[in-house]
Amino acid sequence: MNRLTYIGLVIAAIVIIVAIFAPWIATHDVTTQDLAMRFRSPSAEHWFGTDGLGRDVFSRVVFGARISLEVGITVVVVSTVIGTFVGAIAGFYGGWIDKFMSGYVFNVFLAFPGLLLAIALVAFLGAGLGKLILALCIIGWVGYARVMRGQVLKVREYDFVQAAKALGAGNMRILFTHIMPNAIQPLIVQASLGMAGAVLSEASLSFLGLGIPPPAPSWGTMIEEARQYFATYPHVLFFPGVSIALTVLAFNFIGDGLRQYLDPKQRTR
Amino acid sequence: MKYKFLNFVRQFAFMLLVIWTVVSLVTLLIELVPGSPAATILGETATTEQIDNFNAKHGLDRPAFFFSYATDEGFVWNGMDNRYSEYFSGLLRGDLGRSFRTDRPVLDMILDRYPSTIELAIASMLVAIAIALPLGVLAGTNKNGLIDNAASFIALLGISLPTFVIGPFLVYIFAVKLAVFSPTGSANPEDIILPAFTLGAALSAILTRMIRSSVIEELGEDYVRTARAKGLSERTVVYKHVLKNGLIPVVTILGLQLGVLLAGAIITEKIFSWQGLGLLLLEDGIAKRDYRLVQGCVLVISITYIVANSLTDLVYRRLDPRIRLS
Repeated sequence: MNRLTYIGLVIAAIVIIVAIFAPWIATHDVTTQDLAMRFRSPSAEHWFGTDGLGRDVFSRVVFGARISLEVGITVVVVSTVIGTFVGAIAGFYGGWIDKFMSGYVFNVFLAFPGLLLAIALVAFLGAGLGKLILALCIIGWVGYARVMRGQVLKVREYDFVQAAKALGAGNMRILFTHIMPNAIQPLIVQASLGMAGAVLSEASLSFLGLGIPPPAPSWGTMIEEARQYFATYPHVLFFPGVSIALTVLAFNFIGDGLRQYLDPKQRTR
Repeated sequence: MKYKFLNFVRQFAFMLLVIWTVVSLVTLLIELVPGSPAATILGETATTEQIDNFNAKHGLDRPAFFFSYATDEGFVWNGMDNRYSEYFSGLLRGDLGRSFRTDRPVLDMILDRYPSTIELAIASMLVAIAIALPLGVLAGTNKNGLIDNAASFIALLGISLPTFVIGPFLVYIFAVKLAVFSPTGSANPEDIILPAFTLGAALSAILTRMIRSSVIEELGEDYVRTARAKGLSERTVVYKHVLKNGLIPVVTILGLQLGVLLAGAIITEKIFSWQGLGLLLLEDGIAKRDYRLVQGCVLVISITYIVANSLTDLVYRRLDPRIRLS
């Protein structure tokens, strides 16, 4: 693995540790307002300064990591498991299963861009962490399924699969021991982008005022609140912005490194 | 020829089926609203008469679907006079209902704003392709070289920085400090530049990564060795052979990303007060709880996306004969 992967792993580890130990790391209460302390620049008392309501930005960024990771991890795990399984079955069996899945089910789900479905659900149901995660999972799995189906379609034509078939291997054995390991690599990139995507989606919805309702310290909400004062007090937008960027960057580095590590073809050349 | 035509008909039928499902889902979404729309729109002080009038005007006094279920009555058949079939028959006449708030036809409101969103989506896609194609090919052909690392870094930055961080930064630099563009609005033709860059940044980053990994993967294939052994120049190998195969996944991503752009445009439109469909959905629809308008906007964006998706599929099949067989 290359250096960037390690940097990614270190950043991700820091974010995870910060999220787990947030109550001990935060220096102030995240919701306590102090209007006399509005828009203070970073100092020894307030490391990242204070926002428009005099709340401590550092503590809010720390607790924001918790929200981001909670949404990201749940969405990626659920989506990957469902997507891999459904995509592999559709690609391998072909025929009416594939026609139904890729021609109908995939298209129906893909007919809603993730963010739009989340927006629609939130608009009709009301905001909340659970509904947000549910919406992102409902939409998320299809991307993995589509990639997996395409890969399986390609790999099942390879000679070694034909050889396994000729040797009398059963369908499940062919699919899980011969095709899947050779088809799964693009999914790793997809999952790393998916983690980043879920973190971004949560922040985006919160930015639009449709995610986790305030005063919860979502990074997206913090940016939305800071946006109008950005020209005068850039630090309020800067810290949550950098946090999102670093978190997403970390998962991209990890995905990239893993892909190179797992692909012997790329490793040797 | 006959086979091709049949295939086209089948694809078209599939598309209609998908649209039907989406319309059904969107039509039934409004049933998820907690409480009644009338109470939400008219407020707590509304009289029973006002509520009845409102429900009658918007067809909310009729049953939601062909049948309903109640614990004491069991399944009840409601006949054809229901909101679901009414919305469908309206849709066939190009009628998306009337706005709960303004009483204007929803379709008119959408058509007023739709061109701005399409304009923005296309402009940002062009920005993305213009950045990603040269950057991706350079990075892929110079794997692990200086150019590759630089391109990868720029691409990762583009992916990692969300629209709502890039947007304000661009506004800060080009509108506040340099005063080259206006910070918001769409009054002048050049006002599209900042929103297009903001919306296209993430896509250009994704595309650069895709093109890079595609080029690297294809360069390892046997046909590249054959092409090189034939004595073709590296340029021909890359642009005529590698890129043609390498662009297949990229086309899929582009097609899929159109929907993401349309949905992502909501954020960009909010940052720049760009008067498109996203802002209509957000400010007039969701913020004012005008559910009929929300329904219409979601439906129109989804149908655009379905059509784009189907076209992507057609192009995808045309590009790769290996897929056409299945």
